[in-house]
Amino acid sequence: MSKKVDSVVALFDTPDQIIHAAEKTVEAGYKEFDVHTPYPVHGMDHAMSLPGTKLPYVTLMCGLFGFSFALFFQWYVSGDPLSGFGAKQLFLPYWLERYPFVIGGKPLFSLPAFVPVMFEVTVLLSALGTVAAMIAVFCGLPANGHPLHNTDYMKAVSCNRFGLCIEAKDANFDEAKVREFMLEQGGQSVVTVYEPYRRPPSFFSSLIFLGLLVGVAIGVGTKTYIVYNKVLYSWMFLWLDYTDKVKPQQKSEFFADGRTMQLPVDGTVARGYMPYEYKGNPEGAGQFLVNPADQTSEVLAHGKKLYNIYCTACHGTYGDGDGKVVVREAGKGLKPPSLHSSKLKEWSDGRIYHVISEGQNVMPGYAKQILADERWAVVHYVRALQRAKDAKESDLQ
Amino acid sequence: MSLDFSRPRPLIEGPHTLKEIDDVIAAPMERPHHREFFIALAISLTGLGIFVISVAKLMADGTGVWGNNNPVNWGWPIVNFVFWVGIGHAGTLISAILFLMRQPWRNGIARFAEAMTIFAVITALLFPLLHTGRPWLAHYLLPYPNERALWVNFRSPLLWDVFAVSTYFTVSLTFWYVGLIPDFASMRDRTTTRLKKFIYTLFSLGWRFSNRHWQHYERAYLILAGLCTPLVLSVHSIVSFDFAVSIIPGWHTTIFPPYFVAGAIFSGFAMVITVLIVVRVIYKIEHIVTMLHMERMAKVLMATGLMVGYAYGMEFFIAWYSGVEAEQYVFINRAFGPYAWAYWTMIICNVIIPQIFWSKAARNSIPILFVVSITTNIGMWFERFVITVTSLHRDYIPGSWAYFTPTIWDVGLYIGSFGFFFTGLILFTRFMPVVSMAELKAVADGAQPSHHGGDHE
Repeated sequence: MSKKVDSVVALFDTPDQIIHAAEKTVEAGYKEFDVHTPYPVHGMDHAMSLPGTKLPYVTLMCGLFGFSFALFFQWYVSGDPLSGFGAKQLFLPYWLERYPFVIGGKPLFSLPAFVPVMFEVTVLLSALGTVAAMIAVFCGLPANGHPLHNTDYMKAVSCNRFGLCIEAKDANFDEAKVREFMLEQGGQSVVTVYEPYRRPPSFFSSLIFLGLLVGVAIGVGTKTYIVYNKVLYSWMFLWLDYTDKVKPQQKSEFFADGRTMQLPVDGTVARGYMPYEYKGNPEGAGQFLVNPADQTSEVLAHGKKLYNIYCTACHGTYGDGDGKVVVREAGKGLKPPSLHSSKLKEWSDGRIYHVISEGQNVMPGYAKQILADERWAVVHYVRALQRAKDAKESDLQ
Repeated sequence: MSLDFSRPRPLIEGPHTLKEIDDVIAAPMERPHHREFFIALAISLTGLGIFVISVAKLMADGTGVWGNNNPVNWGWPIVNFVFWVGIGHAGTLISAILFLMRQPWRNGIARFAEAMTIFAVITALLFPLLHTGRPWLAHYLLPYPNERALWVNFRSPLLWDVFAVSTYFTVSLTFWYVGLIPDFASMRDRTTTRLKKFIYTLFSLGWRFSNRHWQHYERAYLILAGLCTPLVLSVHSIVSFDFAVSIIPGWHTTIFPPYFVAGAIFSGFAMVITVLIVVRVIYKIEHIVTMLHMERMAKVLMATGLMVGYAYGMEFFIAWYSGVEAEQYVFINRAFGPYAWAYWTMIICNVIIPQIFWSKAARNSIPILFVVSITTNIGMWFERFVITVTSLHRDYIPGSWAYFTPTIWDVGLYIGSFGFFFTGLILFTRFMPVVSMAELKAVADGAQPSHHGGDHE
């Protein structure tokens, strides 16, 4: 059986010789030839008249893709501002669903915060794309079945010699002439390389391969099942489910009364919630309570804010007793007195405080809504309103 | 001493041929019984055993076995994470940045430094995973579609870190592998046993040293170096964002990214020096990893040491200049508070001791290099300790101040991580070429044509 010729190869000793041989090969008109060197030899691309590599374009495309994909992806999963809050929700499959997250008060599309991940994804995809393209597309690897493998020629060029190889698929290839050409250039160990005999793939070997695939599938499936249904529910991964903590309404072994949730100690008072001393005693309040709040602009501003929230509805913005509710519900007996009456002007701060806290007639107490300190601030504001309605000449200066 | 400055110092000392280079580099992989190798492996496996026990204890009992307490929620695990990521940086710096700067002396040490990067980053990655307390749920860190419609928070530096470190690991591994392909092919054609032949054939992808391939290969290598350079700078910058983006006094500073990168290179070079001093003797490659390499690495060590020294000073200045009381307190507390011992250890190891390398004799003395490289890594570990613990243990509210004390399991995990790292590194030296054969042959004397360069006529 005649073997098919793949190529003729020759070995050279020095980089100068191989550069020279490569130039001569180009001059002789051979196109399908190659030079094999244990390391890249400077100037060889020029000697072989190779066009430049197009690899950088792959890097550029992969990088651009990585950059734009990362930008789009982060915009999308962080809750894109286009759909935003309250916008009409499309029905999406679960793997496209996401919530608009606001974290740290940052906008949904926080470009500066997205830059690091965009950078990393750009670099990652550029690097992987470049290497994959270099290996698989530009070099056509893996190619362990290449005819040159396992030859003495390959063993020499992988160590310390320089090889020239002219392939049989070249249009000008003629084995005898090529061998002669190689010797002329000073090539040593000129050898013809034949294509190795390959056994056609048998049914049996494909069956083994199929069996292997099935075996791997069963093995991986079993492992996945065991890990996700058994191992992850073993004691080791569930210890946080069985802690010694007590839960509400549980019986306690520790406390004598068997309650888990203990009541506060008698007489416990939460901060800012001191019980009101003059319950049902407006005269006492008027006589003894002293306004502890300072008359600063902050206190007045706060009192104004609270007055506008809680009091204006009935008492009116300026305390004339003409609030929106009073106007709207006219004729139903809702008639708050003006805050500018001489009776109210003569009342002490404590007396007004008492009315705010406890209420009077149809007015409910506001102790639940307004904290004690804040009620005093409202008192100051009421005083300010009274004075504003009846300003003295000296106030205007 | 007479030196001829008109010629560059040779990168490989002594007479050698291309074949001898291969023989020397392949020797550790071909020598079956190697006593030093087994002694080193036994030591590192002991460390690995400590690591496994510490992790098992952690898995069984939870993160409460560590000394982490309420203000110091980031204890040793994060200190160790930053430490190991930093160690990795020298590898990429040597392989990528020095490659771009056309420093051929890097060829002798690049492969080993890259391997160090790979194992250091793996070691580093273990710590945040273990610090989560439930490493089997680590996939929650990745953005993947799920039935809860919950995605990760892309505004968090901790997530940037996930991307940065995993990208760094993947790209470093790719870079390393691309460099290894021709060497695997050389080993494939050298080796005699069938198993080794099969494995090296598999990983060499059928590389056949074709110049048509070298052309693309070299360009790919250059592009990867170009991509790795900003990547390596970004990784430790993003690690520093974990701290700097928070509002803890002592962490919230803009100097952190460059300061962390300089520190990373500093500690990484120290580790390269420590390990190479041992490896070059054990594997008898003193003429490949020469005193030239050692001296140049010592210079880098001193330069980066001065940079971190500058950063330490600048931190103090900015704390004073900011006028923020909490910030000022943190720095006074660092230098004179309960952790003053750690602070001054850091200053002595990182700033004062490396000044010895102003002397050329010190740069060329193996014992001095060895000691200083080790004290540097002690100092750099303390730097991360000082940053993490002293800032956390006393922040704005004196009511929540506490002192952090590590437990035996913290120590076990840290010592064990060295076992993990060195086991990987030692196995690497046994099964893969520690120096790139192809790259080294390319810079040997007479390896390039005499009419050097592409534009000859």
